[in-house]
Amino acid sequence: MGKYILGRILNMIPTLLIVAIIIFLITRMLPGNPAAVMLGPQASAAEIEALTEKLGLNDPLYIQFFDYIGNLLQGDLGNSLTYNMPIIDLIMERFPNTVILAASALLIAIIVGVPAGIIAARKQNSIFDYAFTTFSLMGVSMPIFWLGIMLVLFFSVNLGWFPATGMGSMDEGIGNFISHLILPSIALATIPTAQFARITRSSMLEVISQDYVKTARSKGLHEFFVICKHAFKNALTPLLTVLGLQISSMLGGAVLTETIFSWPGIGLLIIDAIGKRDFVVVQNMVIFIALIYVVVNLLVDISYKVVNPRIKYGKGGTN
Amino acid sequence: MSNELLKVENLEVQFKSGSTVTKAVNGVSFTLNRKENIGIVGESGSGKSVTATSLLRLIPTPPGNISGGKILFEGKDLLTLSDKEMRDIRGNDISMIFQDPLTSLNPVFSVGDQIMESIKLHQKVSKKEAKQKAIQMLQLVGIPAPEKRLNMYPHEFSGGMRQRVMIAIALSCNPKLLIADEPTTALDVTVQAQILELMKKLQDEFNTSIIMITHDLGVVWEICHKVLVMYAGNVIEYGTVEEIHDQPMHPYTWGLLDSQITESVEDHEMLTTIPGSPPDLRQEIKGCPFAPRCSYARDICFSKAPEMVEVKEKHFVACHFQTKETRLNRKERSTHVRAVVKS
Repeated sequence: MGKYILGRILNMIPTLLIVAIIIFLITRMLPGNPAAVMLGPQASAAEIEALTEKLGLNDPLYIQFFDYIGNLLQGDLGNSLTYNMPIIDLIMERFPNTVILAASALLIAIIVGVPAGIIAARKQNSIFDYAFTTFSLMGVSMPIFWLGIMLVLFFSVNLGWFPATGMGSMDEGIGNFISHLILPSIALATIPTAQFARITRSSMLEVISQDYVKTARSKGLHEFFVICKHAFKNALTPLLTVLGLQISSMLGGAVLTETIFSWPGIGLLIIDAIGKRDFVVVQNMVIFIALIYVVVNLLVDISYKVVNPRIKYGKGGTN
Repeated sequence: MSNELLKVENLEVQFKSGSTVTKAVNGVSFTLNRKENIGIVGESGSGKSVTATSLLRLIPTPPGNISGGKILFEGKDLLTLSDKEMRDIRGNDISMIFQDPLTSLNPVFSVGDQIMESIKLHQKVSKKEAKQKAIQMLQLVGIPAPEKRLNMYPHEFSGGMRQRVMIAIALSCNPKLLIADEPTTALDVTVQAQILELMKKLQDEFNTSIIMITHDLGVVWEICHKVLVMYAGNVIEYGTVEEIHDQPMHPYTWGLLDSQITESVEDHEMLTTIPGSPPDLRQEIKGCPFAPRCSYARDICFSKAPEMVEVKEKHFVACHFQTKETRLNRKERSTHVRAVVKS
């Protein structure tokens, strides 16, 4: 297992390198001189030329690339000119906000989605099951930007219960903090909730009729433990896969949700940076998000083993 | 303490699917004394497993439903107990082992956890004591190095070993009744014998009664005191092993016996089969359910269902022609086949 994890960590290096190459090329292929965009229409030719030189954009492409990779390997992500601060500080400032939003949305999705899926499987073909199927289908197909706007219109504009945008500060009390968090969390949680529920239902249906579930009942276990312990642990593997993907995509910045609610996370940062043509920020953010994906993926793969002892990694393993 | 452990009266089980009702078990009655074993035999679909599963009220409801009868266990009717009371009986007073040991153990929990779960549920013991008891049980069912095996998972065990583990789980709370639903069907022949031997040995040790569901009459002769022969959800013959072995009376029981491999079967001789297949239980059966396949059937068999009659002491048969007064002459194995082909 230790060897496997080490191997997987080493494997991350080429993955991230490929991402770095691709994103480097894409940002260089964008039309227009980034220096000109950054300085705005009033800038003189000399100013633009000076910034172009400063950004190293006059160097041949391969030199720019090696400079960039060299800095990256030394942990130097460079400075953002538009934000006027080191990119690493920028990420450190924004990323915790994204984590807060993702964690709260994930919590909602798990607390609502998983039990709903279990109950639907238990009561297959009941009215609850039909209602569940309808709502979960609505949930996965709901466009987030529309839902987000509707939530704001209804709960903020009409009812005035929650603030429409921004992030609350803990200095103004926990209530203020949470009231800012609720609407974006619900918007971000909608699709994962429905997805978790559907996956849970279908994989529970698969295991619920297995012999070992009958064995558990014949031992005299309460139905709650039969379902939530014996059946659910067997149904967990597909759920973990979806969970992993959702965690990655949420931590990678919920671009739509953060934009609608002006949530100062990395999703909003990346959109901002693209608009300002701050390619250094965009480049590094993409690599940072790629890093989140590979790390979460590895954690999910390790968790499979914890949940299912039949899965073996490494030599002679089945997976 | 009464010697009678279990008395089943007129048990009826139905399965509903849409508007069709399948009568899987149709008025089954029998009694079982302490330390006594009963074998329930019959073809697939004869209702033997449903009968056994109903005893623990483990029929999936819906679609299943115990629609009538009584299950008196030590005088208490299990059908009137609350869910909580029923759970206290499951795994404690009555436990069950299933046909396929490869699927009846939970693959994601260690074998030790699965044995200890039962012990902790029904006995007031500490975790340490439960572990000790689990090790002891594994030792008892003949698993070497039980301390080490305790932490292993079912996929690290062979089929026979897994059935041993199932037996360890089933017997861990010292049940008064063990229901074994074809416990040897999925195993190799050599392993089958070992498992039966083990069950016999442990029965003496634990004083447990066994309900053995099987389609292998050899198993019945080996360990049972009584036999219940089922066909299409009905009991058609019931009696002591000696009676049924020496003087079977129902033509269906004859058919079952004739289709077995015995020493008298010559080399290259074809085994006898009972022609046809069991009736569709979704439809109302008129007369004797076995009549369409019976080479002795006459008109009355198709119009009137035979009653269960005690033809001799402790030997009950449901056949119009096997009563206290009348007897059928059993045809020879070969003529039996010919007679069937002609009919």
